[in-house]
Amino acid sequence: MKHIKTLNAKGLQNTVKSGGCGECQTSCQSACKTSCTVGNQSCENGK
Amino acid sequence: MIYQYRNNGYNIVLDVNSGSVHVVDDLVYEVMDMLNKGKNTEETMEILGRKYDPDEVAEALSECRELKNQGMLFTEDIYKGAIQLFQKRETVVKALCLHIAHDCNLACRYCFAEEGEYHGRRALMSFEVGKKALDFLIENSGNRRNLEVDFFGGEPLMNWQVVKDLVAYGRSQEKLHDKKFRFTLTTNGVLLNDEVMEFANREMGNVVLSIDGRKEVHDFMRPFRSGAGSYELIVPKFQKFAKSRNQENYYVRGTFTRHNLDFAKDVLHLADLGFKQISMEPVVAPATEDYALRMEDVPAVCEQYDILAKEMIKREKEGKGFNFFHFMIDLSGGPCVYKRLSGCGSGTEYLAVTPWGDLYPCHQFVGEEAFLLGNVEEGIVRKDICGQFKNCNVYAKEKCQECFSRFYCSGGCAANSYNFTGRIDDVYEIGCQLQRKRVECALMIKAALAED
Repeated sequence: MKHIKTLNAKGLQNTVKSGGCGECQTSCQSACKTSCTVGNQSCENGK
Repeated sequence: MIYQYRNNGYNIVLDVNSGSVHVVDDLVYEVMDMLNKGKNTEETMEILGRKYDPDEVAEALSECRELKNQGMLFTEDIYKGAIQLFQKRETVVKALCLHIAHDCNLACRYCFAEEGEYHGRRALMSFEVGKKALDFLIENSGNRRNLEVDFFGGEPLMNWQVVKDLVAYGRSQEKLHDKKFRFTLTTNGVLLNDEVMEFANREMGNVVLSIDGRKEVHDFMRPFRSGAGSYELIVPKFQKFAKSRNQENYYVRGTFTRHNLDFAKDVLHLADLGFKQISMEPVVAPATEDYALRMEDVPAVCEQYDILAKEMIKREKEGKGFNFFHFMIDLSGGPCVYKRLSGCGSGTEYLAVTPWGDLYPCHQFVGEEAFLLGNVEEGIVRKDICGQFKNCNVYAKEKCQECFSRFYCSGGCAANSYNFTGRIDDVYEIGCQLQRKRVECALMIKAALAED
């Protein structure tokens, strides 16, 4: 494309079917403890 | 829902519901604005055709249409039903925050644990109570295999032998129950020594090392009870610890307050000390405290995030990059929508345990008697409170409906909401504004680094 550069192709819609296993890390156990940050957590199945 | 913004010379368009991120030229930026405001193709052509070459506008519109057809632009929020159904599932406990010591050898001014005591008395968790907590976790974890236990405080190294004994006990139970413990440790570093480091490097999946940045900033907020600073004592130990973990699986984690609104300097100071994994959180404190962030401070804090983001790009390109927890976003992988929209799990999947075995929805609620859920002997007694937390997802919060950031914060922190609004299902407005800014910076960094 000439005018648009897309940084990521994977749509969140696809995770409705594949997601929800619950094996991922609890967000507050990483480093925050006083906020809620999930965007930077990784998917346990993607590892 | 489309969210578009300009930052550091980049035009960024976020398709909120699909999570697709697009870097666009000025023309598409304006096209997007038109479409987002409900203008149709003809109207957009007519308005922008006066300013740009009509063929170019048509081409831009065509590219937008193509992305829309591919499910990467103007996608709908199709998740509400799935999340509400997901919310009704039988939840299991998967993580515990063990308050191994309600005591501390520092007297940090902003401590929500009030020098480690959490509105209560000084106490150390016994091995027996800790063991029951691990048993409780195993029993209540259902089919979940990975179990997380954070040794927290107060200062957990003040009760180090119990930490080691609990790790040994946990490991002894893994095979019996087909579970895998992931232990983590949060420490202020005062009692850190080689023996602790060796043990932690063997057994702890992550360690969080508390340090606020520059010496004067750190020593002011994190003094000993005598008033003396703790910076000089802990820095060399933290450097050694980080190196011994190959600069991975740890965070140096600080808190910034109204007293250091120029906190980008503190983050960069930590980077200059050689740390590669850095987190710096805004203090969360009642407005009555002089160090609390106020609404009027938000522009200054946002400016610092911009300064930090630009400097991080520069350092990354020079081969001196580091990770900043709040700017980390995995665009291609990352969590599923359930994780993103169903909240942090406090009060359901994640619980805090006091030294005497009481259960609370999370470490920030410890000592708030209205939130006492039960204890490790009897288990959860107040299932009604857990139910309130279970319903605490993005769709339960009116203010999240129009916010582009909801897929990155999961609706925010229930404790912050409770402390500022008296409800767990509302939002903490300052926190929201900062969260949105951090997502903007994080996406901009991705755009900048994708350029080369």
